[in-house]
Amino acid sequence: MSIIIFNMKKVGNHTSISRILLFCVALSLCFSVSTFAQEAAAPAAAAAPAADAAAAPAGAGDPVKGKELFNANCASCHKLDAKSTGPALRGVADKHDKAWLYRWIHNSSEMIKSGDAEAVKLFADNGGVTMTAFPQLAEADIDNIMAYTSQPKEVAAAPAGGGTTAQAGGEGNGGSSNTLILGALVLVLVVLIVMLVLVNKTLRRVAAANGVVVVENEPTLPLWKAYAKNQFLVLVTVILLMLSGAYFLYGYTMQIGVDQNYQPVQPIHFSHKIHAGDNGIDCKYCHSAARVSKNSGIPSLNVCMNCHKNIAEFAGDKDSLYVDHSKEFYTGEIQKLYDAVGWDKAAQKYTGKQKPVKWVRIHNLPDFVYFNHSQHVSVAGVECQTCHGPVETFEVMKQNAPLTMGWCINCHRETDVKVEGNDYYKKIHDELAKKYGVQKLTAANMGGTECGKCHY
Amino acid sequence: MKALYKIALLVTAFAGLTSCHDNSAPNYQYFPNMYESVGYETYSESASFANGKEGQLPAKGSIPRGFTPYEYENSTAGYDLAKANLKSPLAPEEVDEAKGQQLFTIYCAICHGDKGDGKGNLSKREKFAGVPNYKDRVITEGSIFHVVTYGLNMMGSHANQLSQEERWQVAHYVMKLKSEL
Repeated sequence: MSIIIFNMKKVGNHTSISRILLFCVALSLCFSVSTFAQEAAAPAAAAAPAADAAAAPAGAGDPVKGKELFNANCASCHKLDAKSTGPALRGVADKHDKAWLYRWIHNSSEMIKSGDAEAVKLFADNGGVTMTAFPQLAEADIDNIMAYTSQPKEVAAAPAGGGTTAQAGGEGNGGSSNTLILGALVLVLVVLIVMLVLVNKTLRRVAAANGVVVVENEPTLPLWKAYAKNQFLVLVTVILLMLSGAYFLYGYTMQIGVDQNYQPVQPIHFSHKIHAGDNGIDCKYCHSAARVSKNSGIPSLNVCMNCHKNIAEFAGDKDSLYVDHSKEFYTGEIQKLYDAVGWDKAAQKYTGKQKPVKWVRIHNLPDFVYFNHSQHVSVAGVECQTCHGPVETFEVMKQNAPLTMGWCINCHRETDVKVEGNDYYKKIHDELAKKYGVQKLTAANMGGTECGKCHY
Repeated sequence: MKALYKIALLVTAFAGLTSCHDNSAPNYQYFPNMYESVGYETYSESASFANGKEGQLPAKGSIPRGFTPYEYENSTAGYDLAKANLKSPLAPEEVDEAKGQQLFTIYCAICHGDKGDGKGNLSKREKFAGVPNYKDRVITEGSIFHVVTYGLNMMGSHANQLSQEERWQVAHYVMKLKSEL
């Protein structure tokens, strides 16, 4: 309000608009700074419940050492709470006698042969799969493992849940701060408009009081009529319109059939970010055909099952924020895989009821062009990312490159071919380099831009 | 004021036109017949086959060219037999350590670790527990080939990712790693 009064006193000072602007900036800054401070407070609050989860009960053995031993020796077949190749092991120390357990772990098949009733029953109950003998585990080691398996199940769900809600709160805070800033800006704009109207009114009133006649504009020739009379301007505009029209028409026609950024919804949400990025699985682990064949291949589901037979639940990672989807969502997607491949999670075996997954193909070259993956991946040693982009950061897969002919040719012209250590072709490489007068041969020098190389 | 309306109209028209672009659907094609031929596309659906898929399994019992049938069966007994009797068909000069290392890095190191110590990225991040150190296991090149072919316990079969020859290269490389641990 003070500014409005201030303005009224200094009627006619048109530069005061800059003061108003300054005031607006200051106002919006005030709002934004206070909201940022709120955001900073949220993660600190989230960190507190996580610390409480660290408390662990102590047993006869050392559960920490036991965990290490368990992960190194037992976990390939046993889980704590779920059946795997072998039975679940939580609380196994209460089910059997200690001395019996030592004997069983050191050599179970001998016990079965000797006719120990308990051993024979256990062997039969678990589908007759022989357990690997562990004679190298000392009795103290087994005590440690038992201490680990006897730990009560951690109520991990509670702190994790607390963490996520705090996270969600932080996120909501970020969203509300944005709306706050926007709201403040709108408010400032409204105030500005009101002030302008008021100033205008006051000026007129002052003018009327002082007897100054405000000169109304004389009716002049409408702008468009004046424009139409000026033939030069019309000509220039027509030329400009035609040029810009041609420019946009060219742009429009050049994008026909180009699927850059094509990002379809897949039947199973597969995150390349989690698999290739966070876990660092090599692209070629799943797309193994890219090494040896024309197609990079859609990985068959048994490749998924190489890991997901064991990983039935999405655990997430402490140093990554999975803000796009919840843990339950990801676990649900793993379940979709199990349904497709016919894997019974509880019984740990295949049911034989399979159904194909209808993946949506993203990268699809027209049929009149030949492209071979192995030639680029294995022979030329081109990184997958060169054409497919930073896939390890993509939560949802998309086509990164335009895959147009110009794009192919450009790379063939710019990429130097690795000719070192290829003595068989040394002579022809030298001759080609001499012919083109270059130090390093590009793919184009070696015939990589000939029509027949890709179109036949 | 009228000019303002016109500008607003232009902006909405432009926004309307550009916002129609949908990334979840493929772009339109000029002469689609040139893009999609009548022949079967890899992995496509096809009414010509009973199960509606273009990709068919080979007839039972057929053997690909250059393929040596693997006689050991997928069982504990088969594993023991392979461990005792199976020997690599590769002559010493055919063993390509660089290739073995390359393949090991892609397919094995993610769990077993670059050195074969069981500390690959997935084990370090506790996604996949129970990966043993090669040092602690009695393995032969035959048993490695057998396990890579069929899988064992939690490890799956890698037979469709690695050819027989590649599996032998990996087996040789694993034995080399074990000798260095």
